[in-house]
Amino acid sequence: MPSPPIEESPPQRSGLVERLVRDDVDRKRFLKLAGGAGAASFGAFVLAACGSSKHAASTAAATAGTASTSSSTAGDVAILNYALTLEYLETEFYEKVVASSLFSGKVGGLIKDFGRQEATHVEALKGAVEKLGGTPAAKPAGKFPISSAAQVAQLAYTVENLGAAAYLGQAGNIQSPEVLASALAIHSVEARHAATLGTLVKKSVTPQGAFAKPADMPTVLAAVKPFLA
Amino acid sequence: MNNADMASPELAQCEIHGMTRASFILRGAIAASAVYGVGSVAPFVSQAFAATGAGDVEILNFALTLEYLEADFYTVKARQLGLSGQAKAYAAQFGAEESEHVLALTGTIKHLGGTPVKKPQFVFPATNESSFLALASVLENTGVGAYNGAAPSLKSKEVLGAAGSIVQVEARHAAAIDLLLGNSPTPNQGFDLPLTKAQVLAKAGPLIKA
Repeated sequence: MPSPPIEESPPQRSGLVERLVRDDVDRKRFLKLAGGAGAASFGAFVLAACGSSKHAASTAAATAGTASTSSSTAGDVAILNYALTLEYLETEFYEKVVASSLFSGKVGGLIKDFGRQEATHVEALKGAVEKLGGTPAAKPAGKFPISSAAQVAQLAYTVENLGAAAYLGQAGNIQSPEVLASALAIHSVEARHAATLGTLVKKSVTPQGAFAKPADMPTVLAAVKPFLA
Repeated sequence: MNNADMASPELAQCEIHGMTRASFILRGAIAASAVYGVGSVAPFVSQAFAATGAGDVEILNFALTLEYLEADFYTVKARQLGLSGQAKAYAAQFGAEESEHVLALTGTIKHLGGTPVKKPQFVFPATNESSFLALASVLENTGVGAYNGAAPSLKSKEVLGAAGSIVQVEARHAAAIDLLLGNSPTPNQGFDLPLTKAQVLAKAGPLIKA
């Protein structure tokens, strides 16, 4: 994935989760973003999201029968809040882009559409978190470089591809079929946005070919960190 | 459900969800509609494939039929019509990608111990480039809805991951084709509606000869 124009050097990808788990400041910062109420389960979730241990953890949780209900719900809440945080950032990004008046006409209309759609994702995800009895993550403060139409289009393309990959990366971790259906309904819209922006920046609408690649949480968090104020 | 179906705890959990599904969906749909209007996601679940109780192999074979259809459309039909410019380029690129989906689904079905369906014969009503693109839009958007509708019913997380990887590409194809047609790349706004098997068949069925 092409690196977005950013104002600071990106953090190292490897070891971000380990750092989140070990480093109290970083962890608390993200936990705050992802919703304080889910904090206790979030550490376990981040660890579990690392790799194969996730599968073992979810299987073990499912085996526990009725006890699995609460833990799988906590996992889904954490995933929804993770998605919510990303959608907040996307929404804020599009708000800034629209305010910049860098785009007009047909492209400007598409940018406005996409921004409105990200805002509906925010509302839907907040509602889903509350329906599961969780506390929606607080809106993070973002910062986005907005200089020229070409630079913004490239950044939007990067952001949407990342968003699509982030949803795909969580599909297998979601326990509730209802939550999964919601995530899928959003996932393919992020893909449509990414493809549209691909035509705008003259890149392939399917940059990974026939099979889109998922991105795990550490990868996404590392890519998003430069956009957190 | 008999005990033989309970090969994994994950499966058991899905079945538990299934039994309470109807009441959960109704409550969720009503609550969400009240708060967020028709754009909210919860009501979509009522349309999900789940109600049919189809197994992974059955779902994958249904997807395989759609992928055969798309691959045939972008290769055979496109060649017959003689497309030009961007339409030709997309047909070549998307046709190759749909063919990869066919291979992947065939392999997955075999891996699960199932028998892949044979490639059907298709008939496409497109007569020129613009009707070709219009039908491409229908096929791709139907594909997105089909995968989104079926995916929550998949038992295997690996199969779900593969389906997710494919549906994202179908959505990208759909957006590109819709843009080329001058249409909105997000016809369902913020949330892509899942389609039931019956809804998919209503769109794709008439194109299948045998």
